[in-house]
Amino acid sequence: MAVVEVRINPKQGMQPAEIAEKIKQEFPDQVIEVAEFRDQVSVILKRDRLFNICKYLHDDAMLSLDHLKDLCGVDYLNKKDVRFEVVYTLYSIRHHHMIRLRAEVPENDPTIQSVTPIWAGADWHERECFDMFGITFKGHPDMRRILMPEDWEGYPLRKDYPLKGPDFENDWKGFTEMVERSKELSEYDWVG
Amino acid sequence: MLDIEKVLETRELNVSMGPQHPATHGVLRLLLDLDGERIVHVKPIVGYLHRGIEKLGESLSYFQALPLTDRLDYVSAMSNNIGYVVAVEKLLGIEAPERAKFIRTIVGEMSRIANHLLWLATHALDIGAMTVFLYCFRDREWILELFEKICGARLTVTYPRIGGVRNDISQEFLDSLSKFLDEFPSRILEYETLIDQNRIWLQRTIGIGVLTAEEAVNWGLTGPTLRGSGVPYDVRKNAPYDAYDKVEFEVPIGSEGDVYDRYRCRMHEFRQSVKILRQLIEKLPPGPVMADESKFTFPPKDAMFPVTHPAKQHAFYIQEKACKGCGMCKRACPVGAITGEKKKPHKIDQEICLKCANCYTTCKFKALFLVPGGHGLSEEEMKKILESPVPDDIAHASKLIIDHFTYVKKGPVAPKGELYVATEVPKGELGFYFVSDGTGKPFRMRVRSPSFIHAGALPKLCAGHFVADVIANIGTIDIVLGECDR
Amino acid sequence: MIDTAATGLITVDEHTKVLPPNVIITALDKVVNWSRVSSIWPVTFGLACCAIEMMAVGAAHYDLDRFGIIFRGSPRQADAMIVAGTVTKKMAPVVRRVYDQIPEPRYVIAMGSCACTGGIFKTYSTVQGVDTFLPVDVYVPGCPPRPETLLEAIMLLQEKIKKETARWSPWR
Repeated sequence: MAVVEVRINPKQGMQPAEIAEKIKQEFPDQVIEVAEFRDQVSVILKRDRLFNICKYLHDDAMLSLDHLKDLCGVDYLNKKDVRFEVVYTLYSIRHHHMIRLRAEVPENDPTIQSVTPIWAGADWHERECFDMFGITFKGHPDMRRILMPEDWEGYPLRKDYPLKGPDFENDWKGFTEMVERSKELSEYDWVG
Repeated sequence: MLDIEKVLETRELNVSMGPQHPATHGVLRLLLDLDGERIVHVKPIVGYLHRGIEKLGESLSYFQALPLTDRLDYVSAMSNNIGYVVAVEKLLGIEAPERAKFIRTIVGEMSRIANHLLWLATHALDIGAMTVFLYCFRDREWILELFEKICGARLTVTYPRIGGVRNDISQEFLDSLSKFLDEFPSRILEYETLIDQNRIWLQRTIGIGVLTAEEAVNWGLTGPTLRGSGVPYDVRKNAPYDAYDKVEFEVPIGSEGDVYDRYRCRMHEFRQSVKILRQLIEKLPPGPVMADESKFTFPPKDAMFPVTHPAKQHAFYIQEKACKGCGMCKRACPVGAITGEKKKPHKIDQEICLKCANCYTTCKFKALFLVPGGHGLSEEEMKKILESPVPDDIAHASKLIIDHFTYVKKGPVAPKGELYVATEVPKGELGFYFVSDGTGKPFRMRVRSPSFIHAGALPKLCAGHFVADVIANIGTIDIVLGECDR
Repeated sequence: MIDTAATGLITVDEHTKVLPPNVIITALDKVVNWSRVSSIWPVTFGLACCAIEMMAVGAAHYDLDRFGIIFRGSPRQADAMIVAGTVTKKMAPVVRRVYDQIPEPRYVIAMGSCACTGGIFKTYSTVQGVDTFLPVDVYVPGCPPRPETLLEAIMLLQEKIKKETARWSPWR
């Protein structure tokens, strides 16, 4: 029950470039590119063996990337050949090093393997990615929308979705029906 | 089993702890599957406050998206701003001056105290201790008054800016802050006296919502929620930003991973924040509070005054001999103040002109001039001003005003690339992932919010406990729905 | 016509006469409005940032209890609703449902820019103003409005209630 106050002096583990090298050595045919920007390294991968790569990164004793910081989708409409990317930001609490993986997901088949068996925290991240971009995660225990209502149509964070959303006629049924009903009920409002 | 239990038929009860509830800290909906009073399964439903901040951020430039971050974790708005500003500064490759970094750390720690006060108030209120709610709000009012002294706003402040902070702090503020720091430790003792050894509090928090260190790391938790389980991870120590590497402080780590340990962690963090603030006030260096980068920050308003002062307002003037009559300025003018035919010199109608500088930045032939003090003058007078030598301060002010205009129009142009930067907000780790395509607007702005991940861990925390423990668990993970839903 | 000199009635206010020491003759409206004004009981409906300011108004520094205002948990026991915060399309049916459950007479204060007009969030998921589906009595602008602004809004609501006539009767 004791809470102690400690001084943390974390020592930097491997450099991000070294981690990228290790991934390249283990899975040479999956790595498309290694990009570096402001001391951070991203490894751009194909999506086929992503689960195996993540398992390797999680289980390997030297890497031990046990903390999934972030999982999100990015829509590169018309900027790249492959439209979507799922970005995994991984961190190791034991060794204090970080790497970023970017898995390319094509538009005609927007599916990718779920990493929920490895990191339980990926659950809600993947649901949000599905909700916002329409990328389905195979093997996810509960693939439903999370931020938008369950029967919402469209994937809001895609670049071709309007910021203001649909017009009132094409809007979500739960909202339009409620507004119609409240217009009918407004004749009983008090007019002082 | 008793005889009566063999005869009675029991069923699972499904209760919706709806979005409108006094204890859910906002609009969180929980679907509880109950077996009597025990919870079989909890399904949190979020999204009732999803406002589309990430998509809205894609259509605004980096400094226009700054007020949106206030509304993420609205309980401690300063920390969100700091997180965003630190991320954008790293993306642009600029650095704030020393004094600005110290000021940002000061307000960051103050907002940590304010956040923990509200956390304690609502956590204790839900569990039943109502006095603590009123006492904590009394102290939170003190901190909000201090915020108001700095920047004029209590809650949604937008005080840290890209390149530094908005304005300097006065000695009066530092004196009031020191007075607060002298008084505050006795207040912490007051709260602890009220609940720490209280039998009801101990029964309702010890052994509830236990997470081992591996589970906590696997679920992606951060902040005091993670540290209560014994994991020594704090972004202020692992990846220091602002002035955190210049102060000494400890990080409280728990051992059991239950609600009580997380509560004690946060109470210790109060004291550590007071310690950090005292050191910062002592070590505060003098200097400017905004970086001197004209492409990435706003120019100071008083330096532009020689040109923008109402009595000496500037005007724009097209020089006839230089004008080629290409018509670019005519098309750029938003109000149609420029008239002229093709290949003939154009003319600006001073009555309609808004002085918005749109034409000035589109002219490629250097035919458009900014005439300082030219507002309301006739063409000949303007020509005379242009021919006479321009004093230094007015030349500088004219350059700044055009810089200001281009900066507002284009936004801070970031190099192409992507970046993930995290800061330690009171609730955990707030991360911003930017993908930049070389313009002044983010191509993708992703907010990694701690509340979203902590709310996702609720099913794990609540399984097997009673309904009343759900309330304690919601309080301990310290979520705020604005950040969870963005 | 009551002859005040002969009967001893003293006019103290419009529509109010007093027969000293303790007989007060007044319009029923005034009594009903006075009792409603002095005890507005809102249902707790904090949605977003404005909820924090609403809690601050309810706490000790800017006290709401001195106005007779107690926040009730259930809409069936309340008679006002302070919509504090952004209303999204997912949340809108819930807001309307809570409003429908409040028995008459009921009042709505739209607190904050988001509740008045959608605020800075002109996006696909935000309702542009809660008055698209609710009749609002007082609009409070601000992001978030200061506690004093909310107190002013409550006082404006009190003025509005004082002007009501015959809201207690079944005849409309």
